[in-house]
Amino acid sequence: MSESAGALAGPAVEPKPRTFAERIVRMLGKTPIHIALGLVALVWLAPTIGLLITSFRPRADMQSTGWWESIFTMRFTLDNYRQVIEAQGMGQAFINSVMITIPSTLIPLVLAALAAYAFSWVRFPFRNSLFLLVIALLMVPVQVAFIPVLRLYNPLGFASNYMGIWLAHTAFALPFGIFLLRNFFVTLPRELIEAARIDGAGDIGIFRKIVVPLSVPAIAAYGIFQFLWVWNDLLMALVFVQNSRLNPMTRQIQGLLGQYASEWHILAAGAFLLMLLPLLVFISLQRYFVQGLLAGSVK
Amino acid sequence: MAISSGTGPIPVTGQGTRRRARGGYRPESGFNPLAIVFLAPALLLLAVFHVYPTIYTFILSFFRGRSGELNGFLGLRNYEQLFFRDPNFIRFSNPSLDPVNAVLALIVIGSLIAIAVLAIRQRRQKVRDPIRMRVLMLLGIGIVALTAIYRPSGALWNNVLWVVFYTSVVLFLGLIIAVLASRVRYEALIKGIVFLPMAIAATALAIIWRFVYSPDADIGLLNAILAPAGVGPVAFLGDPAIVNWALIAAGIWGSVGFATVILSAALKGIPGEIIEAARVDGASERQIFLRIIVPMVSLPLSVLAVTLIVNVVKLFDLIFVMTQGGPGTASRVIAFSMYQEAFPGGLFGKGAAVAVIMLLLLIPIMIYNVRRFRTEAVT
Repeated sequence: MSESAGALAGPAVEPKPRTFAERIVRMLGKTPIHIALGLVALVWLAPTIGLLITSFRPRADMQSTGWWESIFTMRFTLDNYRQVIEAQGMGQAFINSVMITIPSTLIPLVLAALAAYAFSWVRFPFRNSLFLLVIALLMVPVQVAFIPVLRLYNPLGFASNYMGIWLAHTAFALPFGIFLLRNFFVTLPRELIEAARIDGAGDIGIFRKIVVPLSVPAIAAYGIFQFLWVWNDLLMALVFVQNSRLNPMTRQIQGLLGQYASEWHILAAGAFLLMLLPLLVFISLQRYFVQGLLAGSVK
Repeated sequence: MAISSGTGPIPVTGQGTRRRARGGYRPESGFNPLAIVFLAPALLLLAVFHVYPTIYTFILSFFRGRSGELNGFLGLRNYEQLFFRDPNFIRFSNPSLDPVNAVLALIVIGSLIAIAVLAIRQRRQKVRDPIRMRVLMLLGIGIVALTAIYRPSGALWNNVLWVVFYTSVVLFLGLIIAVLASRVRYEALIKGIVFLPMAIAATALAIIWRFVYSPDADIGLLNAILAPAGVGPVAFLGDPAIVNWALIAAGIWGSVGFATVILSAALKGIPGEIIEAARVDGASERQIFLRIIVPMVSLPLSVLAVTLIVNVVKLFDLIFVMTQGGPGTASRVIAFSMYQEAFPGGLFGKGAAVAVIMLLLLIPIMIYNVRRFRTEAVT
């Protein structure tokens, strides 16, 4: 996405500026664009940065001045984070979020990859029809599952331990995962897989030694999607986690909101703890994420 | 926010699937029993968490459903209540049929019929009907006039507002930003900034915007900007007339990056020569944008529109954290109603009916996806 040779009016279209004056004129000609994009950057950064600054401000300052004024006072503290993590249970909630997210990302990854392999390289009757069913299930909203699945969970106690939320996240991640991975798996060269088969490799060997290693970009994209989706989810946790000691961060913050609706030092620090890990993952793996996005939607 | 708005990644079977589908796709023949091993876990979960619940919830929606069991058969009364006797779900404030309304209704129905007829004729004759645009405009005017008279409100209507304004503004801003960014050196930076909300949980996004909208001018940025102008303080989230617009704006802020990235990739696919040629022929920037760029990204635009509409139907987290559907019930959406009726409310049958309505709203998109994929797999 960082290719600078844009198709539109890019440097490729216009002749290169020769003199200094020409360059100045060119830059001035683009002034409205720069102003518009500067405005865009401001609108998209100011709210988040405002909250970030607030999360480091002492509570007393917040009552009297806005975060935009703290640039002049420069009084910052880590107390808000200490309070949120220790007194408000966000530390435990962080651990709970990790406990929920890791299995809810890895299990669907494995199951979707296995199913996608069958849908692309193993022959069986009704393969196309079954795959169309998976595509149809993509659109089933989670709300449809709430009541019947909770009924199933009750006698098993799944809603009071992690099992319930792991299974629900896994099941609702599968249609997309199967769809995305199958579309990638079928692009692998047929010769390669047939050659392996002639050499005596079984399906399990082909899956493990050829298909999975060659599909790392797609698997990574799906893994990032699923990680962000589970980590950021509130609704599923609201319904399928009925033991408040297991609450993930999204629920913990939502709970804090009821108690401290205007205690912004607590809310800001909580929100940033929630955003910390996704932002790190997102920034470091953005390339895979964007690739997956394009493969999953438009490309 | 397409990721985090309680929707998850919504894939839409896309254009290039045809090309990619060739690799492993062969007519269904032969049976390798190992397929069962590969498929069993996934299919089992799909059966238990998708197929069975869909059937159960559908049946439950005809019952009172105390504690989620099939008891107290009500027939269609849950649906009847939602559509006619529940102002929180959908309500028309002036349902009497006076002559003005009757004429407006006729205009809407007439133009709907006209569009259908024209669509059929166009398919048969393969020509574009020039009056179609005019009929569409008539339809739009009729609908706007009818809503002005009947003043609908409630969760379902809020979803309509979301679909219309959130979807169109996200697409519009996404395209504008993608086009503008493609003309500067710092394109990647701008796209990265706008795209960042995609990683943020809707819960965090809701906190960020509650903060921006705070009525206290020492906390809320917007009221701090408005205060010197003598306006406010505005209770963006406390005024039933404003709250939905404030929420939609926050939703737009979260989703524009998604549209920008997708459309920017599509723009890169437009051959530079076409635009160069147009420019040589004396086309203005506006003409290039409207006559070349927009038509050439129309497919990704429509796929994005579908994705965003699905987002709206499933919208929950943002509303739940920002307003709890309030003030009162002013900002409820259907996904919120489903949760509210079933869980705090304990009305499982009614909640199931709302879930079925959500599913029904998504079925056209389901059919569209399946049909699209099937034609691609065959060719």
